[in-house]
Amino acid sequence: MPNISLTVNGKSVQGTVEPRTLLVQFLRENLDLTGTHVGCDTSQCGACVVHVDGISVKSCTLLAVQVDGRDVVTIEGIAKNGTLHPMQEAFREHHGLQCGFCTPGMIMSAIDLAKRNSDPDEHQVREWLEGNICRCTGYHNIVKAVQAGARAMRGK
Amino acid sequence: MHEFSYHRPKTLADAAKTLSAASDGKLVAGGMTLIPTMKQRLASPSDLIDLDQIPELRGIKITADTVTIGAMTTHGTVAASTDVQKAIPALAKLADGIGDPQVRNRGTIGGSLANADPAADYPAAVLALGSTIKTDRRDLSADQFFKGLFETALDDGEIITSISFPIPEKAGYAKFPNPASRYAMVGVFVAETKGGIRVAVTGAGPSAFRVKPMEEVLAKSFTPEAVAGITVPSNGLNSDIHGSAAYRAHLVTVMAKRAVAACR
Repeated sequence: MPNISLTVNGKSVQGTVEPRTLLVQFLRENLDLTGTHVGCDTSQCGACVVHVDGISVKSCTLLAVQVDGRDVVTIEGIAKNGTLHPMQEAFREHHGLQCGFCTPGMIMSAIDLAKRNSDPDEHQVREWLEGNICRCTGYHNIVKAVQAGARAMRGK
Repeated sequence: MHEFSYHRPKTLADAAKTLSAASDGKLVAGGMTLIPTMKQRLASPSDLIDLDQIPELRGIKITADTVTIGAMTTHGTVAASTDVQKAIPALAKLADGIGDPQVRNRGTIGGSLANADPAADYPAAVLALGSTIKTDRRDLSADQFFKGLFETALDDGEIITSISFPIPEKAGYAKFPNPASRYAMVGVFVAETKGGIRVAVTGAGPSAFRVKPMEEVLAKSFTPEAVAGITVPSNGLNSDIHGSAAYRAHLVTVMAKRAVAACR
């Protein structure tokens, strides 16, 4: 079984995994990082979105062996010293969640958007979130939260 | 998914060697099609050969008349490339419409073409622009590349290395996306190339195809109105829960008009 060695949320991590182990399984089952969720089996819902080397990807559609040597950040890794990340705070403030199942993926996806476009309009947010499905909110407050989070990330 | 052995070669030669030594090996590029397919057990290769660490397969090169894109270049990279946006804006826009942002962060042009999904976007562009698909063994023209449902002219073990697009005078792409998957129910790419007008359709048939009658009328009058009167026959077109063959035939004309209108 291959050994992998990577950084997860800033910490060095080692693992011995079957090649067929998905990244989402490795995070949830080997590392107990259960904030990343499995919401579908078709790579559509985005509940599994994490960052690999700074870009958002669907961890259900990557193998753990593919991220050997890489830098992974999950929802557990974005708060600093007990303070919520601005995007997390924005979701809290703007009621951008109900059951919360899609929320980690929404936030990780939104942070990637905000890094590329620091002031997205509503249309740009909705287009970016095409890979993230929410069954509860109707997206209305998610869009508000993402725009507020992007503003906060650029210091406004 | 079923078990397999995983390899991550550092060179193209190693990749080809490992692939040919495997009993039933498959290359993985972005994995945005292959991994979901393996999760559903619709593919169970003995070995997966990951092309991720072969640097010569990535990158975009622009000359005065050609855009060359490495096979492992992601859709997101093509979409964001100011070089491609300037040289062939329709190509950058097409890449920007594939899947969703996370899929675009991993999916690659080489993977898309080698897989030749009947509803993938790139085949329409590759065919309409009269591109050359370069492999580790030879060059293939777009006209000879797409042979049928998930079927290309690639031989067993042959690896796409890059795709060269001659820069057209102008080009446009319009697709009618499936609302869930965003795959093209029908996508039409129109290009005024140095060799003449080319119109290529994806999503409608088992593989991308050109529509010569549309090319002929556009050569006389490059307007949406010119193609409005051309319909493709519906027999042989795809029919599924998303749309009948007749509906797809209708969409071809509608998308062709929009693609012509979008030409820049």
